[in-house]
Amino acid sequence: MAEKRLRILVAKPGLDGHDRGAKIIARALRDGGFEVIYTGLHQTPEMIAQAAVQEDVDAVGLSVLSGAHMTLFPEVLRLLKERGAADIAVFGGGIIPDDDAAKLKQSGVRQIFTPGASTEDIVKWVRENVSPRQ
Amino acid sequence: MSSKKDWLETTFKQAAERPARFSTVSDMEIDPLYTPEDVPGAYDTALGNPGEFPYTRGVYGSMYRGRFWTMRQFAGFGLAEDTNARFHYLLRQGQDGLSTAFDMPTLMGYDADHERAQGEVGREGVSVSTIHDMVRLFDKIPLDKVTTSMTVNCSASILLAMYLVVAERNGVAWDRVGGTIQNDMLKEYIAQKEWICPPRPAMRVVTDMIEFCAKKAPRWHAVSISGYHIREAGSTAVQELAFTIADGLCYVEEAVKRGLAVDDFAPRLSFFWNIHNDFLEEVAKLRAARRMWARLMRERFGAKNPRSLMLRTHAQTAGASLTAQQPINNVVRVAIQALAGVLGGVQSLHTNSMDETLALPTEQAVMVALRTQQIIAEETGVTNTIDPLGGSYAIEALTDRIEREAMDYIGKIDAMGGMLAAVETGYPQREIAEAAFHFQRQLEKGEKTIVGVGKYSVPEEIPIETLKIDPAIEEKQVHRVRKMKRERNAAALKVALARVSAACRSGENLMDPICDAVRSEATVGEISDIFRAEFGVYTDPGWI
Repeated sequence: MAEKRLRILVAKPGLDGHDRGAKIIARALRDGGFEVIYTGLHQTPEMIAQAAVQEDVDAVGLSVLSGAHMTLFPEVLRLLKERGAADIAVFGGGIIPDDDAAKLKQSGVRQIFTPGASTEDIVKWVRENVSPRQ
Repeated sequence: MSSKKDWLETTFKQAAERPARFSTVSDMEIDPLYTPEDVPGAYDTALGNPGEFPYTRGVYGSMYRGRFWTMRQFAGFGLAEDTNARFHYLLRQGQDGLSTAFDMPTLMGYDADHERAQGEVGREGVSVSTIHDMVRLFDKIPLDKVTTSMTVNCSASILLAMYLVVAERNGVAWDRVGGTIQNDMLKEYIAQKEWICPPRPAMRVVTDMIEFCAKKAPRWHAVSISGYHIREAGSTAVQELAFTIADGLCYVEEAVKRGLAVDDFAPRLSFFWNIHNDFLEEVAKLRAARRMWARLMRERFGAKNPRSLMLRTHAQTAGASLTAQQPINNVVRVAIQALAGVLGGVQSLHTNSMDETLALPTEQAVMVALRTQQIIAEETGVTNTIDPLGGSYAIEALTDRIEREAMDYIGKIDAMGGMLAAVETGYPQREIAEAAFHFQRQLEKGEKTIVGVGKYSVPEEIPIETLKIDPAIEEKQVHRVRKMKRERNAAALKVALARVSAACRSGENLMDPICDAVRSEATVGEISDIFRAEFGVYTDPGWI
């Protein structure tokens, strides 16, 4: 019981309003035993990086369905690094083609979940791959 | 003959049943059998003939024997000239009307050169920041002959003004311009989540547009009351129906409060439904919707013009039902959904392309989607007789039940003070999130199946070709917008924008000042900034 509960920021960058997935993931992660903070829609990378640091989270889950993932994901990574928080695990999901997913992983996004991924898989991935920040 | 109850307890009980939950995709439990006992309503009051109150069997006397529905494929990407080329392609393929998809910055009231537009320009739709973009978008399209639908909401007043100014420049009088603008702000707060201002000022702008169109652009549908996005956000069929009808009632109330006579604007209200996988449920939903609207408009508002009572609708097959896995299977899903729409009596239809879970559709994928409608219309024979499923015990029982359950929701929303108040408390938003989560759980427990995802999956997916948006488009559009901003008449612009601000404050109808601002080359972002300054900015409460 001494183990710290992981804190996860579920964030919705960009201008699109497709929050069905983000909300389901937020709820599933909460049910999976994590502390979850949901940013709400229409966040800038700046707002997300700031919230991640302020809330002292262990991971950030990004959801983008507008096609702007190649701009928004790297920007969140860059801003986290700038704030000395490069160790916060960033994972994401949305309508992301395989080629883009590969590039995003190379640039430091830890995992990409695409349509059809189950909430159980995502909860399991977080449990196995995210550790509390030191 | 045994009664249904006796039959269930004897003959049916002796037969074996699969160990499954027999429920619709909305998880509405379905009886093994429906009989005349399940359909108590009298024919003339519950159904009526097509073209007659309460329009359950269809809004028009001859339905598809008169003319087919309008085949209207939603299109938009890249620069205005790219989408214009797609429009001309679709018209050449036999499509009847246009439907415009704008990109996220346009939809949210930002110009292409705004910081928040980065990475989004031309991606999910066409980028329109200026009147010049709108001119390019409708180049060589006869606006007096082709009707256009524009899917845009919080910045709708500006895009409608731009469309009307383009018509004016092409010598087409506003009373000859026909089309629809989505402009359903209530469902934005409920489901689609594109907004600028808080709900109350947004409602005022919508009402301004209803009033303006009734007076100056009488062939234009100022609001398309939309269940589509509510369903995509994860609602059940009943919630889609209930929340959408409740939204419609709210618009009518506001317009009546403004002093408009119901029969002066209600004939130009139209609807937009989602057509999901559950065939019988969808057909029943469309039939229930017509009956509810006709009854409510007569009972609550005393509407007398039959056109005020008729729920005329566009529909689109369910994007959220499509799978990225084995995408060719989506052609089949779309065909079945489209058939439900046609058997449900829609006036206009968009069929999704098989590749839409992956990217915007390719021309080839769009053609298959359009051909699907043409096959239903001209090969299957279902268009020969009106409402061919009418009188089916199952369909009539489901129609009654869906109406009853939707009316229960409407009762709850009435008790909250109507949809505007309900939206402010987050009631429909929470109901939808709950339903979406429930479905996901059912899926993961194996109670519901999506073919090709978790069941019947294949080890190696065969990739299909998808449309790529050139990143250079953004740069080009940003450059064009900046150039126009430098070159226009700044003094005239300032006066025109000040007039929009003044109208926001005085309560004068905003549409004429916005048309003037557009003529003075004011952009989507600049006029939206006035809304932000005058009405405030709405932020997502982030309910989960």
